[in-house]
Amino acid sequence: MTKMKKSSVVLTCLLLLLLSGALAFIDGNASQYIVRITRLCAINIVLALSMNLVQGFTGIFSLGHAGFMAIGAYSVALLTIPVAKKETIFMLEPLIAPLDTLTLPFGVALIIGGVLAAAAAFLIGLPCLRLRGDYLAIATLGFSEIIRILITNAQCVTNGAQGLKSIPKTADIWWCYGIALVVLVFIALLVSSSYGRALKAIREDEIAAESMGISLLRHKMLSFMISAFLAGVGGGLYASYIGTIGPDVFQISRTYDILMIVVMGGMGSITGSVLAAFIVTIGQEWLRVLDGPLPFLPFWPENGVSGMRMVVFSLLLLIIILFFRNGLFGHKEITWSSVGARLSALSGHAHKEVTKP
Amino acid sequence: MFNLTRLLQTLTDALSLGSLYALIAIGYTMVYGVLRLINFAHGEIFMIAMYIVFYGISLFVLPWYVTFALTILITALLGTLAERLAYRPLRSAPRISILVSAIGVSYFLQNLATVLFGGRPLNFPQIPLFTDVLIIGEIYIQRLSLIVPVVTAVLLLLLLLLIKRTRTGMAMRAVSRDYDAASLMGIDLNRTIAITFFIGSALAGVGAIMWGMEDTRIRPTIGSMPGIKCFIAAVLGGIGNTGGAVLGGLLIGFIEIVTVALFPSLSGYRDAFAFIVLILVLLVKPTGLLGEKTTEKV
Amino acid sequence: MSERVLEVNHATMRFGGLVAVNDLTMLIDKEEIVALIGPNGAGKTTAFNMITGVYTPTEGTVQLCGKAITGKRPDRIAAAGIARTFQNIRLFKALTVLDNVVIAQHLRLTSSWPAAVLRLPRYRKENAAMYARAKELLETMGLWDVRGEIASSLPYGMQRKLEIARALATQPKLLLLDEPAAGMNPAESAELTGLIRGIRDQFHLTILLIEHHMDVVMDISDRIYVLNYGSLIAEGTPAQIQQNDDVIRAYLGGDEDEA
Repeated sequence: MTKMKKSSVVLTCLLLLLLSGALAFIDGNASQYIVRITRLCAINIVLALSMNLVQGFTGIFSLGHAGFMAIGAYSVALLTIPVAKKETIFMLEPLIAPLDTLTLPFGVALIIGGVLAAAAAFLIGLPCLRLRGDYLAIATLGFSEIIRILITNAQCVTNGAQGLKSIPKTADIWWCYGIALVVLVFIALLVSSSYGRALKAIREDEIAAESMGISLLRHKMLSFMISAFLAGVGGGLYASYIGTIGPDVFQISRTYDILMIVVMGGMGSITGSVLAAFIVTIGQEWLRVLDGPLPFLPFWPENGVSGMRMVVFSLLLLIIILFFRNGLFGHKEITWSSVGARLSALSGHAHKEVTKP
Repeated sequence: MFNLTRLLQTLTDALSLGSLYALIAIGYTMVYGVLRLINFAHGEIFMIAMYIVFYGISLFVLPWYVTFALTILITALLGTLAERLAYRPLRSAPRISILVSAIGVSYFLQNLATVLFGGRPLNFPQIPLFTDVLIIGEIYIQRLSLIVPVVTAVLLLLLLLLIKRTRTGMAMRAVSRDYDAASLMGIDLNRTIAITFFIGSALAGVGAIMWGMEDTRIRPTIGSMPGIKCFIAAVLGGIGNTGGAVLGGLLIGFIEIVTVALFPSLSGYRDAFAFIVLILVLLVKPTGLLGEKTTEKV
Repeated sequence: MSERVLEVNHATMRFGGLVAVNDLTMLIDKEEIVALIGPNGAGKTTAFNMITGVYTPTEGTVQLCGKAITGKRPDRIAAAGIARTFQNIRLFKALTVLDNVVIAQHLRLTSSWPAAVLRLPRYRKENAAMYARAKELLETMGLWDVRGEIASSLPYGMQRKLEIARALATQPKLLLLDEPAAGMNPAESAELTGLIRGIRDQFHLTILLIEHHMDVVMDISDRIYVLNYGSLIAEGTPAQIQQNDDVIRAYLGGDEDEA
């Protein structure tokens, strides 16, 4: 067993090295467009892992991701836009003190965004997490819309519908992948700890979990707040990634995009979410073809049908949940031993399955 | 100044909006009753209904009554179809799957509407019979504002008769009370659930016709906000309870209109009121105003 | 005089107009094995639910080792020292046998979640202890060999045993078993009887069980309480209960056909 563990560590290190090499190559040689997509993949990994913690590992349904992202994004924007730029952005109403003269390092702003998102989660969770799971779904969906209403109306903080621009684009490929890696390791350690096991117990059977001494409210709240924190961080990264934000960026469809990743990867699979983040992010770019002209199709309008991409995207979400309910991996994870078993099966070796410790 | 005229004006508006919310909320509460599912697609079915009216009257120049009948029928069939295709196969799956499916249907219909009907708002046809303004003393009232509460009341009465007096209604109540036992007792679950969706969606169709005459700029996202609010109305009244949904809808309508009338500066936050009410109610009475306390069998 | 573990005082449970349990009083001493019997619908499981906090008694009190636990949440009551199994098995279905038993020790964990995520030394020690104890319990119940299986894939009898192992993992003072022998054949239920006695002796436990298999009840119990229509109709040793006219009437007469 220890020998297997050791070889896993070595293989993981190798993989990380290989990945950083690939990232360095993309960063140095690929087009701006490819670099952008690559960064977006990492941001989506963070967001998907954060949603999977609640949806997949705890079995409760939150639809507040766009809202938590908005909190993180506006925090990062307001805390990192240079003071001189703020004056030119806030034309209608000046930005309130002390935000008008304050700038903080990107990392600190990210954490503040996460903490504020977690605080919002606490306030929503307190009344809702004690009740049936569905109430949380509707309350978080509502919260997500309220945040947009607040953003639109709170002119002196958010600049209302005009939005915020000139957000420093600090979140380069290394920031994005660095944070994605930290979040990945964090989530993996959390769900394999005793607390993570308690969350899975709640997912499996709330009544039995409570009878085994697991406080439902405390553990659901833990999961929900951590998830919101990470969504806030993801939103902060996203703000720095796109550079300009407004209330329309955080529509509920942002949440659905992340939901798609989680469902496709498998609710309850970390490696599934990571893989699906790449597939969905890149796939959504490919689907852009559908919005343009498709000359090989008869009767297709010459200038293409704008919005076709989203029709296909939502249809795919439906198809996956209807026919491949467990997504790519269900609750399972890709591990080195599972890869090894798959490989040796492929190469035709009679390989005796090693049971996990 | 807040004089009698304005008071009456405000109350009429509130009653009219509240009745509309109530109509849509009934669909949520009925579906939740039988399937324990938040039918996220309900708001989109409601949206599609408005487009059907638009095409029926403005494009195909059908008489309004034919269009309305067709709208209600197509909407009801669409809701039933969504259940058949997207919910029924997942009935025994983990609850989270069917919720995702409901979201998928909602998202799909919204995106489909954007492609089919375009993202730009279309003008809902005006039918003078409904949209004419009556002047009673100093009060200006659209005829519609008076029609809406009456239509809601009549439909509610018919629905309650159906639920209380007919075999189908009894089957619905049985399924709401105990899903498994009902199927063991020989109740045709598929039929009962399909009828529930049919009726709930038909009511959404009626609601959409009247909604469109008030909020005349129809767009693919028009259903989402009323959708969420009406689910909240259903929760507020006690989910699963038809009378509760009506009460909840009326309450939210009154809260919105009256608050904005009293504090015009809050009008930008109008859409947020329902959620604040939801949070408060869940804190004080989680089962809603008319809801019964349900305990899961252990 | 021996130590009192459970004291149910005049507990009544009403659901609307229905009185599920009426004025129930039960006293159980340390290391006793007590059975709660009665025809179907007599209110036995409701009594369990009142003791474990799933329901709050409409009237009356419940005490564990002299401390009031009436109306507390189920997780608090589990922490106070009552563990239970369920009539219609409620395992963590998609998780492994081992995980089921390890999870049930989470309530005794003292490390905070950041400590657990960072795998600090104290957490590692506690975690290792959880696994060691799980191993011990699974060996006691004869389930160690299937530790890697998914709980729902086990045969029925093993699932019942796993539920007992999971309950024991919470380190209870009082163990409530809701029909542990349901669905078992005579050989299996005889084995179970031995097992329950063994657990009592090994862990110095007090056990309250609901059971329909009369041979199991008569064999295992020190004392028996009999419920009918929510009310206590008899209490005594197995020999006394077998002679009791009210009990015989409750089981044989009326419209109840359950043995």
